[in-house]
Amino acid sequence: MSPFQTARIATRALVRNKLRSFLTTLGVVIGVGAVIAMMAIGSGAKAQVEAAFAAMGTDLLIVLPGSTSSGGVHGGFGSMPTLTWDDLAAVQDHDQVSSVKLAAPALRSNLPIVTEDQNWTTSVTGTTPDYFELRNWPAAQGELFTQQDVDSTGKVVVLGATVAEKLYGASAQPVGQTVRIGTNAYRIAGVLAKKGQSPSGQDYDDAAFIPVTTFGQKVSGGLKKYLAGTIYVQSMPGETERAQKEITNLLRERHHLQQGIDDDFSIRNLSEIAGAREEGTKTMTTLLASVAAVSLLVGGIGIMNIMLVSVTERTREIGVRMALGAKPIDVLSQFLAEALTLSMMGGLLGIAFGLGTSSYLAARFKWPVLVQPDVIAVAVAFSAFVGIAFGMYPAWKASKLDPIDALRYE
Amino acid sequence: MSSLIFLDRIEKTYGAGDAAVHALRGVSMRVEQGEFVAIMGASGSGKSTLMNILGCLDRPTNGTYTLDGRDVSTASRAELAVVRNRVLGFVFQSFNLLPRTSAQENVELPLLYANVAARDRKARARASLERVGLGDRLGHHPNQLSGGQQQRVAIARALVTEPKVILADEPTGNLDSRTSIEVMAIFQELGKAGITVVLVTHEPDIAEYASRVVVVKDGLIQSDQRQGAKQAYRVQEAAL
Repeated sequence: MSPFQTARIATRALVRNKLRSFLTTLGVVIGVGAVIAMMAIGSGAKAQVEAAFAAMGTDLLIVLPGSTSSGGVHGGFGSMPTLTWDDLAAVQDHDQVSSVKLAAPALRSNLPIVTEDQNWTTSVTGTTPDYFELRNWPAAQGELFTQQDVDSTGKVVVLGATVAEKLYGASAQPVGQTVRIGTNAYRIAGVLAKKGQSPSGQDYDDAAFIPVTTFGQKVSGGLKKYLAGTIYVQSMPGETERAQKEITNLLRERHHLQQGIDDDFSIRNLSEIAGAREEGTKTMTTLLASVAAVSLLVGGIGIMNIMLVSVTERTREIGVRMALGAKPIDVLSQFLAEALTLSMMGGLLGIAFGLGTSSYLAARFKWPVLVQPDVIAVAVAFSAFVGIAFGMYPAWKASKLDPIDALRYE
Repeated sequence: MSSLIFLDRIEKTYGAGDAAVHALRGVSMRVEQGEFVAIMGASGSGKSTLMNILGCLDRPTNGTYTLDGRDVSTASRAELAVVRNRVLGFVFQSFNLLPRTSAQENVELPLLYANVAARDRKARARASLERVGLGDRLGHHPNQLSGGQQQRVAIARALVTEPKVILADEPTGNLDSRTSIEVMAIFQELGKAGITVVLVTHEPDIAEYASRVVVVKDGLIQSDQRQGAKQAYRVQEAAL
């Protein structure tokens, strides 16, 4: 018998018991739904982490000035400036730390930026051109400031996309215009490309950048020995851990810290932060995976149960079909097709259910959710597997019936 | 010349040892094309076992069964299914139509297992139903048909594959006497068309319509007589 005919007979048998067929598929519906939600949340989280990585810049370390500890009270990181400009120069020196590719200072202050008719207070960072390179952050309009601007204490500013929008409107071209920061006028050299949000929801684009020398002179009042900010470091590709170790050793040596004394600085590895977030979603994914596994198992048993009932109910029909020329394999495929159809229907409903659940979770809990097309293939494969695995025994039982007994069955 | 049906010392034993039941103890018989044979016997005589073996639903313990030139006594289950599909047609006492399935689709069923294309299947099922006088009941479900009509659908189903032998197991057991004669009339017509009919019955007045009566007793053929068959007449459908 052709597969098409087999499928048709199977569908008809199921349509005759609509409610029963539907209830039987519920387990598979929930199982496949959970598989889809699980994969959607999993890949959503992964995509978010990847995006966060890309936004932060890859292989990134941040060196923070250390904590003081006086009288047993530990101040937080940055409570005392312990990093010096010489430290930065040493970190940048390839002979001393070979694993560092780029290092740039970042001095921050929240300041209002004022135009003729608008103002916006944002985080103004004094830094060097290397910063843009290690953050992988190009200009969307105009240009970034240059080393020459740093050397000449140039009064130029590079605006983040949000700042440019707040000051000049969404589609403005502010390059070349002048803004005031504090008492000084700055020429807008460029506007940065949009970077989006950090993993913690902070807007990267709500920022402005000026040369570090200008910052020291005009904002924090002259460059002193200490670097009153942080150092951004980009390691050689994939060498963040080695870079972290080398910088730690270098700075401990430079700060004359003896063994047993805590670091007076700290190094944050941003990939670790992103990784921790990934761990969180992994827990959720594991939970959904167990729900999926249990539901699929229960759904499969439900299918097996109802197929066994169906085989018993239709013993006489099986006998008639055999008498009319159905081979054991025909009977087997008929019941297998029914189980398969049941589980596939469950799979299809489960896809709808899973998509619904995913978008609900996305909306309700602001979870990153990403439904990929291959999820559908996985769901179909899962339900087919359940149908065949649990439909095999009842179908085999049906095909082994003796036609004489089956015909006599009341 | 080989017969259409040739049973050679067929034995059938159920169980083993002391509990063994010898249902058939060496039955030999030949049936030629176009014969209308009635097999009679009391319950427990072995006539049902004989029918099952003739119908390729069961295999003999000993002896050979040659059907249409082929030894089927040692064939596999799948091979027997093909033989039932191609060579035999079944008519049962309780009709055994699939419920909630139209007459047309019931008749199509054996063609489905013979891999006949859909269009051809429909045409042949319709022709077969017309042959038994049910051309106007194609879409009716079994519960919308009278017993006689249901049995005629079953006969149409048995005929649709153009079998050489129709096996009818108490086909009139659930029918009133007038409808029974109808069915006998159809069987007699089939005989004239060259189709062999083997009928199991315990009613002597039904056996009268056959051209040959075989009586089975205690697993052996007690008598085998040819007779001048009583003529059955087909009443108009409206009379049913």
